[in-house]
Amino acid sequence: MILSFNNVGYTYHTRDGETNAIEHMSFGVERGEFVAVIGPSGCGKTTILSLTAGLLKPSYGEIVRENAEFGYMLQRDALFPWRTVEANIFLPLEVKKRNTPEMRENALRLAEKYGLKDFLKKKPNELSGGMRQRVALIRTLAAQPDILLLDEPFSALDYQTRLKVCDDVQGIIKSEKKTAILVTHDMSEAIALSDKVIVLSARPATVVAEHKIDFGGNSPKSRRECPKFSETFEILRSELGL
Amino acid sequence: MKHANCSKEHILYLKKKRRKSVLINLARVGLLVVFLGVWELLAQLKVIDPFITSSPLRVAKTIGDLYRNGTLFTHIGITLMETFIGFFIAVILGYTIAVLLYMSDSACKIFEPYIVVLNSLPKIALGPLIIIWFGTGYSSIIFMTALVAIIVCIMNTLTGFLSVDKTMITLMQAMGAKKRSILFKLVIPASLPSLINTLKVAVGLSWIGSIMGEYVASRAGLGYLIVYGGQVFKLDLVMTSTFILCILAGGMYGIITLIEKKLTK
Repeated sequence: MILSFNNVGYTYHTRDGETNAIEHMSFGVERGEFVAVIGPSGCGKTTILSLTAGLLKPSYGEIVRENAEFGYMLQRDALFPWRTVEANIFLPLEVKKRNTPEMRENALRLAEKYGLKDFLKKKPNELSGGMRQRVALIRTLAAQPDILLLDEPFSALDYQTRLKVCDDVQGIIKSEKKTAILVTHDMSEAIALSDKVIVLSARPATVVAEHKIDFGGNSPKSRRECPKFSETFEILRSELGL
Repeated sequence: MKHANCSKEHILYLKKKRRKSVLINLARVGLLVVFLGVWELLAQLKVIDPFITSSPLRVAKTIGDLYRNGTLFTHIGITLMETFIGFFIAVILGYTIAVLLYMSDSACKIFEPYIVVLNSLPKIALGPLIIIWFGTGYSSIIFMTALVAIIVCIMNTLTGFLSVDKTMITLMQAMGAKKRSILFKLVIPASLPSLINTLKVAVGLSWIGSIMGEYVASRAGLGYLIVYGGQVFKLDLVMTSTFILCILAGGMYGIITLIEKKLTK
């Protein structure tokens, strides 16, 4: 178990009052597992990622992390437009003060492996949306994290690009053997990408159900084509109360 | 431009574009020529009194006189020097203060009302104080120049810092970046366009500051020439100084536009 939430709760405080975002939440993530967390919008999914990464401290309960580094991928790629693709990929190395030649070389190797070789000297605004999201993923991987936290990384893309980038990102994460936690409100995305889906309730969020997804092979495409896909989709739908 | 593999329509389109920009430039120059011509003509025909309105030829003659008695470049040099030094003090100090305010949330909140009040205060109201504190030399004019420009420098820079994309800040925080590293790696480069805008505004304000300073107390400079010319009713001198100011201010703005092109390439 690389990460586990044991009866975790989190409350937001603002001037207008307090909001229970998460209550009595328990789940675990195995090393190398791709976990999708789905729930109604505004149910505190992003809070779970912030807690996981240690950006927030739980109000109660405990989060056990195996000595692990986190890499965050956001809804928008947030590439710095004044930096080249290459310099964007090096950003986490600079920030984490691990800007060594080996780390840089490793980052470049990843970039080349996943088809960014010809774009390294370009600026992000010369790239398509899907390509930019791939750069964002390579940037996240450059610091060699053990766990990737994906916060609806595809929601800003149009549908066709989205399907492609989905495949793309899942393929890269699997072949790099990384653990990943994806939060999304898109049920089909969750089923297509993950090994395990965790379903949350509306706020205050708590775990409603967990599903192992073990049909249809490993690629999102073959998953979507499998008959069990729509079956699982229906189950999730009723659990979300839609 | 790749003309080799262009269609005919595209070449035609480019031609049209070029013709339009030539026409616009011609119109710009033409407007000035017509304006000066009509002015001179009316003055020559005594429709307007050149003693009060001066005229382009009189301005040219005044420039020649100033050049011959060797004071033309002294006056220009002094005003330029005051404006530049005041401008640099305002920009550098203003930027530094904005950085400090950005780094401390509380400091920002504490100083905000003071900055707002100082911004709305007409700086010329401080003229008498400045003369008493700094004397009637260059230093009081430079101080006035910096004072007029600095508040806007602080406010614009800070606004630029605060309007940096929140997603990018979250990204940096998620990488474990501290505020310092967010400032240097993200906020400063991201707010470069706003810095250039600040420079543009500050140039204009610095001219206001230096000329205003020279109005209040000075023994040389273009502002001094304007006030002196007004007092002794030498309106040629007033017009000439104003004309030179136009050229200098336009030139300084041009330099900043050039810097902008260099930086944002």
